[in-house]
Amino acid sequence: MKDHIREKGTKGKGIRQDAVLLGATLIIMLILLSVFPEKQEAVTKALWKFFIEMILILPAVMILMGLFSVFVPKDMVMKYLSKAAGIKAVFLGIIMGALPTGPLYVAFPLASALLKKGARISCIIAFLSAWACIKIPQEMVELQFLGPKFMATRLILTIIFVIMMGLSIERLIEWRDKKQTDLRK
Amino acid sequence: MNMTALFINFFALICLLIALSRDRAKTKRALIIALKSFFNIFPTILLIIILIGLLLGFVPQSQISKIVGEQAGFWGILVVAFLGAILHIPSLISFPLAAALLKSGATVTSVAVFITTLTMIGMVTLPLEVRELGKKMALLRNGISFLIAIIIGIIMGVIL
Repeated sequence: MKDHIREKGTKGKGIRQDAVLLGATLIIMLILLSVFPEKQEAVTKALWKFFIEMILILPAVMILMGLFSVFVPKDMVMKYLSKAAGIKAVFLGIIMGALPTGPLYVAFPLASALLKKGARISCIIAFLSAWACIKIPQEMVELQFLGPKFMATRLILTIIFVIMMGLSIERLIEWRDKKQTDLRK
Repeated sequence: MNMTALFINFFALICLLIALSRDRAKTKRALIIALKSFFNIFPTILLIIILIGLLLGFVPQSQISKIVGEQAGFWGILVVAFLGAILHIPSLISFPLAAALLKSGATVTSVAVFITTLTMIGMVTLPLEVRELGKKMALLRNGISFLIAIIIGIIMGVIL
């Protein structure tokens, strides 16, 4: 969920912008459809189908997001991740990242605070990546539109590769830091 | 209503009931947040659905397939990966878009690559990431994510 929950100050402006954009697209569609009436059926059929598929799940997805954002407080994430060690830390990072549902810019300060508290780098990378792309409500929408096979395969592959990425970035950064301190000696 | 939609609504209902039994005030706050974000995202969703309608109605499948289908080859995948990395679309609405592309001739690989780079990599949020986590970590994370997205896409293309 990249950032549809906008920062407070820009909220009203954002909605107005979206509405103007929507209006413009609507007008363009109406013009196109009146110029090419033979396309009307195909366009409205596709439009209606996708609209129904979306509206059937959107309230549920929004409720899930609201619940997670209220019931999974930041300090709980902090508590679990700053203490976790070993390979467990990486998995915990993924689980914690998949739970809360704020936009990504909330996750960065959180990640930075966790690093200062001594959390593992691999855990933080896993946490950020999961926050970005393994959100539970987001997976629900993927399930609805792309089917269980697509969603499950992508989810499993993403988890595997995110773990590998976390561990290798950690190795790389620790190796470079060590080299630099060795050089200074 | 299809099975998936039923399942999602059922899951949300269960979570809602558990939340209600735990803490009424918090649940109320969660529902207000849900309502607000619903209206926040609704215009964008309508917009993307109109675009999908126009895409499916006007752009011939052969054209879509040339850009993101079998014919596009590896360059096509790279272009899609790059597009996903620079675009800043809420991931929620990227899924219907991906479904529409898939229906009209895109390959599983390019769709999977697009979704993965779109969600994992944020060019718009990169400055913030650099500021909070340092250049080294931010660039490594985004760079490796780009490669990972392509690998995930290729594997998915092979097995699905």
